[in-house]
Amino acid sequence: MAAGGGDVNLFAEAMAYLFDAARWTAADGFGARILEHLAFSGAVLLVAAAIGIPAGVLIGHTGRGRDLVVALTSGARAVPTLGLLTIFGLLLGIGLEAPFLALVVLALPPVLAGAYAGVESVDRLVIGGARAIGMTERQILTGVELPLASPVLIGGLRSAALQVISTATLAAYLSDTGLGRPIFEGLKSRDYGLMLAGSILVALLALVIELLFQAAQSAAARRAEPLGTPRTTARARASERNSA
Amino acid sequence: MTWLSQNLHIVGALLVDHLVLSIVPIVLAILVSVPLGWLASRYRRARTPLLTGTGLLYAVPSLPLFIIVAPIIGVPVRSPVTIVVALTLYGVALLVRGAADAFGSVPRETMLAADAMGHSAWARFWRVELPLAGPVLLSSLRVVVVSTVSLVTVGAVVGASSLGTLFTDGFQRGIEASIVTGLVLTVVVAFALDAIVVLAGRLAMPWRRAVAT
Repeated sequence: MAAGGGDVNLFAEAMAYLFDAARWTAADGFGARILEHLAFSGAVLLVAAAIGIPAGVLIGHTGRGRDLVVALTSGARAVPTLGLLTIFGLLLGIGLEAPFLALVVLALPPVLAGAYAGVESVDRLVIGGARAIGMTERQILTGVELPLASPVLIGGLRSAALQVISTATLAAYLSDTGLGRPIFEGLKSRDYGLMLAGSILVALLALVIELLFQAAQSAAARRAEPLGTPRTTARARASERNSA
Repeated sequence: MTWLSQNLHIVGALLVDHLVLSIVPIVLAILVSVPLGWLASRYRRARTPLLTGTGLLYAVPSLPLFIIVAPIIGVPVRSPVTIVVALTLYGVALLVRGAADAFGSVPRETMLAADAMGHSAWARFWRVELPLAGPVLLSSLRVVVVSTVSLVTVGAVVGASSLGTLFTDGFQRGIEASIVTGLVLTVVVAFALDAIVVLAGRLAMPWRRAVAT
């Protein structure tokens, strides 16, 4: 375990960075980096949601363009995020624009698929029932389809958010922003402790976001199915799987 | 195109590296996930910790995972071993859930029938459970294949050579053709491996052809 001794030291170095108050309070310290990372990721997610949710809901509601969504989501998985980032970086130059655009492109397919699969999974009979009691199309959409679709829709946002948090780390490769920065700084100066400290922070941030979305998803599921009808939950889960 | 023809040997070598770094973790992930998924589908007590644990693991971004995994297993971060171990973990994170769902979808009556016919637990697994779980297993394997091939490229950032090296090199030297070549080849490799998995699935499960969509 000779090598093991050195590796434990690396974690000790990382911890020394993480528990160094000066590293947090500095203008470009960890605290500022986390906020930067969150603000950047949040902005990307907002733009992706503003485009993806209406488009996905429309596709799910009308059933038109279904094949497009399926092709888009399976195709998008194959596209390497680093490749997208670097080509946008070369074309648009150093700065925030390139990673922002690349991340929106990456976040769109899961958001779109979640919204589409969510609306599509709503039982046609339920919609027919809503129509029969005299609800307008608008009321059906906002009062029936959207609440019932919300668990799957939030699931789509959740995969998009994780994808964005992850890729925003790589974005520091092009523009010094977010939590990727200590990682690349450590990489350049051969300071593994710093890389590790940055990595641990990104990992924790991603886990917190994942847990928050999980909580939001189960809250939405409870609202959509207060009695937890197993049939519908199983179906929602199946369509989420197809879209994931 | 001239860039590609002048650098064909480099691209070829990177392609081979990329294939190795993709295929090894995919195979390892299958070997680890199938038993774990089976456990999760059979034992309620194992289900929650296994599925929550692997779900959270999947949330950890790839670059940080590479950096965290390396000192734990005691190899340099640019080593292929780091990439293989980290990508195996991702593969397991995705496949365990798929495998648990797959084994969970085998009807109870079928299992009882297999018992009644005198199958041992071992024989029942190989002759009844695994073949019936196959199609669902295959669909999550396809997700793993495509995402693994794409994730291998991230390793280039820490110096592990793969088609991702075409991105970092191309970016640093301002060669668009390098990045585009990397993008196209990565997608081609992903779809090619996916096609192989689909084909292997058809050969292994000929009864599925009639129902396959």
